[in-house]
Amino acid sequence: MFKEYTKITNIIGDIIELSAEGVTYRELAAITNHNGDTSLAQVIRIDGTKVSLQVFAGAKGMSNRASVRFLGHPMRVPYSEDLLGRIFSGSGQPIDGKPAIANAEETDIGGPSVNPVKRVVPRNFIETRIPMIDIFNPLVESQKLPIFSTPGEPFNELLARIALQAKADIVILGGIGLKFDEYIGFRRKFEEGGIMDRTVMFVHTAADPVVERLLVPDMALAVAEQFGIAGKRVLVLLTDMTAFADALKEISVAMEQVPSNLGYPGSLYSDLASRYEKAVDFDGAGSITILAVTTMPGGDVTHPVPDNTGYITEGQYYLVNGVINPFGSLSRLKQLVIGKVTRDDHGAVMNSMIRLYAKALESKKKISMGFEKTETDEKYLRYADLFEQRFMDLRVDIPLNDALDLGWKTMAECFDRSEIGVKKEVVDAHWPKGA
Amino acid sequence: MIDSSLTTGHVVGINGNMMAVEVDTGNVVQNEVAFVKLPDARLKAEVIKVIGKKCYMQVFEDTTGMAVGMPVEFTGNMLAVELGPGLLGQIYDGLQNPLTLLENKQEFFLQRGQYKEPIDRQKKWDWKPVVAVGDRVRAGQWLGEVPEKFITHRVLAPLGMHGSAVVKKILPAGAYAITEAVAELEVNGKTVPVTMSQEWPVKKAIKAYKERIYPEELLITRQRIIDTLFPISRGGTSCIPGPFGAGKTVLQHLISKFSSVDLVIVVACGERAGEVVELIHEFPEMKDPKTGGSLMDRTIIICNTSSMPVAAREASVYTGITLGEYYRQMGLDVLVLADSTSRWAQAMREMSGRLEEIPGEEAFPAYLESRIAGLYERAGLVKLHDDAHGAVTLIGTVSPAGGNFEEPVTQATLKVVGAFLGLSRKRSDERKFPAIDPLDSYSLYIDQMADSLNKNLDREWTKMVHEAEALLVRGAEIGKMMTVVGEEGISIDDLVSYLKSEMLDFTYLQQNAFDDIDCAATIERQVVDFKLLYKALKTPFSFETKAEARKFFVNLQDNFYQKNYAAEDSPEYAKFVSKIEEIIVSGGGRLV
Ligand SMILES: Nc1ncnc2c1ncn2[C@@H]1O[C@H](COP(=O)(O)OP(=O)(O)O)[C@@H](O)[C@H]1O
Ligand SMILES: [Mg+2]
Repeated sequence: MFKEYTKITNIIGDIIELSAEGVTYRELAAITNHNGDTSLAQVIRIDGTKVSLQVFAGAKGMSNRASVRFLGHPMRVPYSEDLLGRIFSGSGQPIDGKPAIANAEETDIGGPSVNPVKRVVPRNFIETRIPMIDIFNPLVESQKLPIFSTPGEPFNELLARIALQAKADIVILGGIGLKFDEYIGFRRKFEEGGIMDRTVMFVHTAADPVVERLLVPDMALAVAEQFGIAGKRVLVLLTDMTAFADALKEISVAMEQVPSNLGYPGSLYSDLASRYEKAVDFDGAGSITILAVTTMPGGDVTHPVPDNTGYITEGQYYLVNGVINPFGSLSRLKQLVIGKVTRDDHGAVMNSMIRLYAKALESKKKISMGFEKTETDEKYLRYADLFEQRFMDLRVDIPLNDALDLGWKTMAECFDRSEIGVKKEVVDAHWPKGA
Repeated sequence: MIDSSLTTGHVVGINGNMMAVEVDTGNVVQNEVAFVKLPDARLKAEVIKVIGKKCYMQVFEDTTGMAVGMPVEFTGNMLAVELGPGLLGQIYDGLQNPLTLLENKQEFFLQRGQYKEPIDRQKKWDWKPVVAVGDRVRAGQWLGEVPEKFITHRVLAPLGMHGSAVVKKILPAGAYAITEAVAELEVNGKTVPVTMSQEWPVKKAIKAYKERIYPEELLITRQRIIDTLFPISRGGTSCIPGPFGAGKTVLQHLISKFSSVDLVIVVACGERAGEVVELIHEFPEMKDPKTGGSLMDRTIIICNTSSMPVAAREASVYTGITLGEYYRQMGLDVLVLADSTSRWAQAMREMSGRLEEIPGEEAFPAYLESRIAGLYERAGLVKLHDDAHGAVTLIGTVSPAGGNFEEPVTQATLKVVGAFLGLSRKRSDERKFPAIDPLDSYSLYIDQMADSLNKNLDREWTKMVHEAEALLVRGAEIGKMMTVVGEEGISIDDLVSYLKSEMLDFTYLQQNAFDDIDCAATIERQVVDFKLLYKALKTPFSFETKAEARKFFVNLQDNFYQKNYAAEDSPEYAKFVSKIEEIIVSGGGRLV
């Protein structure tokens, strides 16, 4: 039934072209090279009888006599409870030494969007025990949020820590261009943290073919969607989405598409959005929360990848110099939970602590420019030190309510109650006794 | 009429959402709609380029599973929307599919190839004729009316009609569905039945009016910085560019909630679904500031969010503006909001790339500018055939790459809009919301509407506003100077000017979207508040020391600020006003 072709006409980058008939758009093909190597490939353009495919394993060493067999369906991923605790490659092959998933339903990857009227307004706070997140930019169930960072920063540690803390029913890791050590790092942490049995991993390492990177988010999210429909609260971790975007760029260059910005295709926004928008709180079922990593090339947030990402996601955490920066970071869903599901003084603590820290930085700057240090400056400098130690230091690991109490304590240690700019009733209720 | 009922073709190429089709028989028309038949679905597509026997079409759905040879049926019609009573309160996708109807069968997901009737066919409307047999009517003229939510929906003579027609038959008052002929018109010797609904191609402007007129009336948004400093006129255009997170969407949502207009069309174009979900849940609970009814009843939401098909996203903006033009024909005041026009422009860019057109700057097509201009030109204030006025005001957000306004979409938009509300990253980082940069932004309408503003708000209104603007410029200059020479390096007078400009910014330009009172200020309140503030700004206070000046302004500013959180007619409000007047006098000012 499936016709086999053995005449590849063009090989350009990781794209092969051949003449074939009856092929459908986005159909999958199995390729067997002359030396017996196999790979999957996907149809990305059809022009009359000329069919272009992207080869997941890459076209390095590909013979123009390799055999191409079309499979009659697009890329799929198996879905069943048996996925839990398992680790797969970007193209869905088990890489944990265990057998393939048998008798599972298969689901198409990259499926349609959720009908907006079938979404509910997010409302559940996810406690991470990281004060810079919980107090200042709380994470909300079904949010899509990237960590903007640069190579060398502990973003994967942060991701793993949140996964261990988040109390999700299911955790799905999509590793894109991971270093081998990073992959093992995740595995160890998840095993030690006791969450491996509710985790599924799709791991593409830096040593794997570039095209396989493109599959990882779709595989991870298609599985997440199935668990979500089944009522589970799923947390998806995607790291590093910049590596994903770079793979898109490679393909589009090989396809001779006109680049829009720094070589990235004009569809970069839509390509990223169709993945991130899988984050959802289903009306009457589970949810999908997406935490991603986006490394900023050259630390530049206006680079097309972080820039397009920021336009899509519901905020971002800036992880620079080992701390989550309170100013660039934003949780766009914070107003849905602050003071509503969290303590009533949460909003006041958040606003005034940030304002005071901003002023403290101004004092620091002023002093560094050689202007004289006033008594007020002294107060602010002391506050800045305490703030950095007690809140910004990533080692701090405390629940939100303790963090809020510590916030009041810190403000009381540095300032008079009239200086913090909070409504009287709130101060009366929370200002530490004897301060 | 186009006769291509027989036109058929077959697929010869597929590239993303672009398909190439070879025509077997018949004619094709640019922008004509066709359907391609897949084994599991019929997908809608639009002709965008014709080269000989081959035409290129954008498919409004995911093209997975499409193959060469699949049959294509042309419809002979351009991409159109259905117009008639029953549009208000609806939530549509970019092609006018009612999303709530798709919900029932399709569970959670938007399966491709589902096209539902946009307007209820069964519902009966209370029809009342307004013309009689023998009357002459022109395209767009009112034949009758039905009540729709809080408005009077006029039933229009066919919008595409040339010349005039004679009313041959008109049904008496009664209850009819939109499919029933309520009138018959004789057009060029032919009798045509007229129902309460009609179709209109979205990419064509509806121009069934007498003339366009110069917009001179204020559209009240209840956002102080807009209404006072950078006002938008009814029938005007405005854009809100800004980097991500600067507050474009929150600002548009505020405008959609609090503007004094008859109806609002929100086009969520290529942005987050979650933001629309908030509207869908909030609006039914909120009050229309004009009628007191449910906000949802004066709203139509067009929702083609970022993960929905890109070609339908391109259409969504046109769908929105067409619905706006339709209601304008009824003499109504319509506000169309598009968030974000950059996503619409990107949809054009994606298609242009697939068509291998010669790219312009940042790979946008060469026709980007004319498309943007063409869209904004569809807004406007018009005089209808019976001299009633109707308006479409269009406000679009722009999402510039890297937050840099020197990019093609922002630049092309700036050329055609009357008010530019530029959001700045710096202001949003400082939590100064709405983050409209008062130094960069402008409105051409303030002078265009000067007569009406000075008549309706205050004799001196525009003069006061221009003085306030000048103060902001001066304040910024002094602020810059201070960063170099420190506070000790400037005069007391300069410090006072600086503190005044800060006060104007902090207590008037900034407004807290999340406070029940401060989030919206009626125009009456703005006039009173602005005049009081103006008085404080104009008073030449004199101080012995800079510390004294600072202390004085901390107190004055705090009272202005707290006043914003007091309801207009509350005792607290009155208390703050008298406190402010007291402080002004104590600082050496005289009250007039
Ligand atoms: N007027 C406002 N008042 C208070 N906060 C605001 C205001 N506008 C925006 N914000 C804050 O900024 C965030 C981003 O705003 P949004 O309108 O979504 O930005 P954009 O559409 O420009 O990306 C919001 O989630 C909110 O926290
Ligand atoms: Mg937005």
